[in-house]
Amino acid sequence: MLEMTSIEGDANLYPRLVPAGDSAVVIELGAKIDPLINDQVYVLARSIENAKIEAISELVPTYRSVLVNYDPLIMRFSEISERLDKLIGDSSTPTAAETKDTKVIELSVVYGGDDGPDIDAVADHAGLSVQEVINIHSGVDYRVYMIGFSPGFPYLGGLDDRIAIPRLKTPRISVPAGSVGIAESQTGVYPNASPGGWQLIGRIAAKLFDEASPRPSLITPGSKVRFVPVKSHD
Amino acid sequence: MTSAMNRYIRVIQPGPMTLVQDRGRVGFQQLGVSVSGAVDADALAIGNLLVGNDRMAAGLEMMLGGLEIEFSMPTVFAVTGADVGATVDEVPVATHVSYLAHAGAHLKLEMVHRGLRAYVAMAGGIAVSKTLGSRSTHIPSKLGGIEGRMVMEADLLPLGDPGGSAVSGLWFDDGKRAAIPSELNVRIVLGPQDDEFSSSGVETLLGSTYTVTDQSNRQGLRLDGPVIESKSGRYDIISDAVVNGSIQVPGDGKPIILLADRQTTGGYAKIATVVTVDLPELGQASPGTNITFTAISVDEAQQLLVQQDLMISSSALVRLIEPISLHVDTERVSVGVSGNGMALMAYVQGDIYPISIDEYTPAE
Repeated sequence: MLEMTSIEGDANLYPRLVPAGDSAVVIELGAKIDPLINDQVYVLARSIENAKIEAISELVPTYRSVLVNYDPLIMRFSEISERLDKLIGDSSTPTAAETKDTKVIELSVVYGGDDGPDIDAVADHAGLSVQEVINIHSGVDYRVYMIGFSPGFPYLGGLDDRIAIPRLKTPRISVPAGSVGIAESQTGVYPNASPGGWQLIGRIAAKLFDEASPRPSLITPGSKVRFVPVKSHD
Repeated sequence: MTSAMNRYIRVIQPGPMTLVQDRGRVGFQQLGVSVSGAVDADALAIGNLLVGNDRMAAGLEMMLGGLEIEFSMPTVFAVTGADVGATVDEVPVATHVSYLAHAGAHLKLEMVHRGLRAYVAMAGGIAVSKTLGSRSTHIPSKLGGIEGRMVMEADLLPLGDPGGSAVSGLWFDDGKRAAIPSELNVRIVLGPQDDEFSSSGVETLLGSTYTVTDQSNRQGLRLDGPVIESKSGRYDIISDAVVNGSIQVPGDGKPIILLADRQTTGGYAKIATVVTVDLPELGQASPGTNITFTAISVDEAQQLLVQQDLMISSSALVRLIEPISLHVDTERVSVGVSGNGMALMAYVQGDIYPISIDEYTPAE
C-alpha cells in the first residue's frame, strides 16, 4: 500500500547519532521513507521525552530521524550523546503495544466543485470517474510521517498510486485554507491560505492550526488521518 | 486604565522593517512552527542587560533604519546591534549605553552605517501578548508580535513593569561589537550530512570566499560563490529537521545559511552548521558581505559558547556618570565617564571612541 521510496544508504549505518552544530544532535534511524522506521522515530521520541533530560529544549521527529535541541551550557555533546545512546538501544525494537494505539483523526471533506477544482483533471489523468477518485482517496488511513514546512502542515504517506498526479505546471497564487491536494504520490492539506502547486480535489472546514488553542495542531505527528466525504460543510 | 497600561511606546515612523522579537518560539517545531526571534541575539541580550531586563525580553529589531518612537512615560532604553546614529529629541545618544528618556521624548534612529539590524531594548520589555510562549514576530506564518505583522505607524506597544533595576548611564564595553567587519570568517561544525558531499566539495566550502546576495532575509542568507560538489550529483535528502545556522546546499550547489525565520524542516543536504557564537554577526551581514568558513570541533564550539555566555554579563557593564553632550570644533559629541574615572567614551557621529584620561576630578 505504501510506496517505499528507497535512496542509497547502508542499513548498517543506522541508527547513527551526529552533531547538528553545537546545540543539537540528530539521530538517524534509516535512509528511506518507511513506516517501520517512522514507528521507531516516534517510539524513540517518546522515550527521550519520558527521560526528562533537563538540557533538552525540544525534539523534532521527522520521516526517519529525531532532532534533539539542547543547551550545551547545561550538558556537553559527549554527555548528551551517552544519555541518548542508551535510550536508542532501549527503544530500537518497538513492541506492538507501543505502535498500534495510533490515533486516527477524521477530517470531513467536500470533494470537487469549487472546493476541489482539479478533481476532474485527477480523474482524467487516472482514467477513473470522479466518484472512484473520491472512493480511493477516502478509502485509506494516511500516516502522518511528520509535520513541517508551515504550522500544522502534515506530510502524509499512503496515497494510492492510481490517483497520483504531477503538480500544476503553474502554481496558484493563493490556495484557500483547508484545501486537500495531491502532488505526485503525496496527499496533504493546506492549513493556511498560501501559494501552491498541488492539484486540489477538495476542502476541509476544520481549522488545522489554531495558535490560541492549548493543542494548536489538530493533526499531530505519529497519528493517522482519514478523509470522510461529506456533501457540504453546513 | 492601570498604570501598567499607561506605559507604552507610540510608533511615529516604523522604517522599512521593524519587528517585535524576543528569544523565539521554542517548543513547537514538531508542529511546524518556526522559532524566529532576534537574528542578532547577542545584541538583544546586551540591550536587555543594559536596561535591567531578563536577557531575552522582547525588544524592537529595526532593519536598515528610519525608526522613530515616542515614550509615554520616563523609560530607560538602550540601542544595540548595528552602528546607527540615534537621537533623543535631537540630542545624539550612543549605542550600547542605557539612557533615561522622559515622558513624551522621541527616539529616532537614522540609517545604519555598518551592519544591518539595530535593536531597541526598553526597561520592562515590550509586553504584547504571547503567542505559543513567545512575543517574536514570524511574518511568513503571521504569528506573534502585533497580529503577526511588522510594526506600523501609530502602533501602541505596551511595556512591562520595569522593576527596580533599570538605571541609565551604563555602558556595555565590547571592543568586538564596535566594529562590524565587511568580511566575516565564520566557524562551522561539519555535518550532519557532510558525507553527502565529495571531499572536493567540502574543500570548496572551506577554501573559498562566498558573498551574501540580496536574496537574503531573516529566513536565511543565500550565498554566491563556487559550486559545492555532492557525491551523487543529487542534493536532496528525505526532508528532515534543520537548526539555526544549518548550511544547506540546494541543486545549484551554492550554500544557504538558515537563520531565525527558517522553516522547521528542509529537503536539501546540510554540509555544516554555523557555531552559535558566530550566528549574531550573520544577522548583521548585508548583501555584498564576504564570508569564509573554518571548521572546528563540537567541543571547541561549545567552549566558545561558554566563554561568550560569561562575556555578556553584568561584569561587562561600565557605570558612567550620565553622558553629557557638548560641542568640540562645532561637532556635537557625547562624553561618558565611569564613576571611578577608569574609563571614558566619546560618541561622535555614530562611533564610540574609548579615551584614557590622565587626571580626573569628579564634579560636585
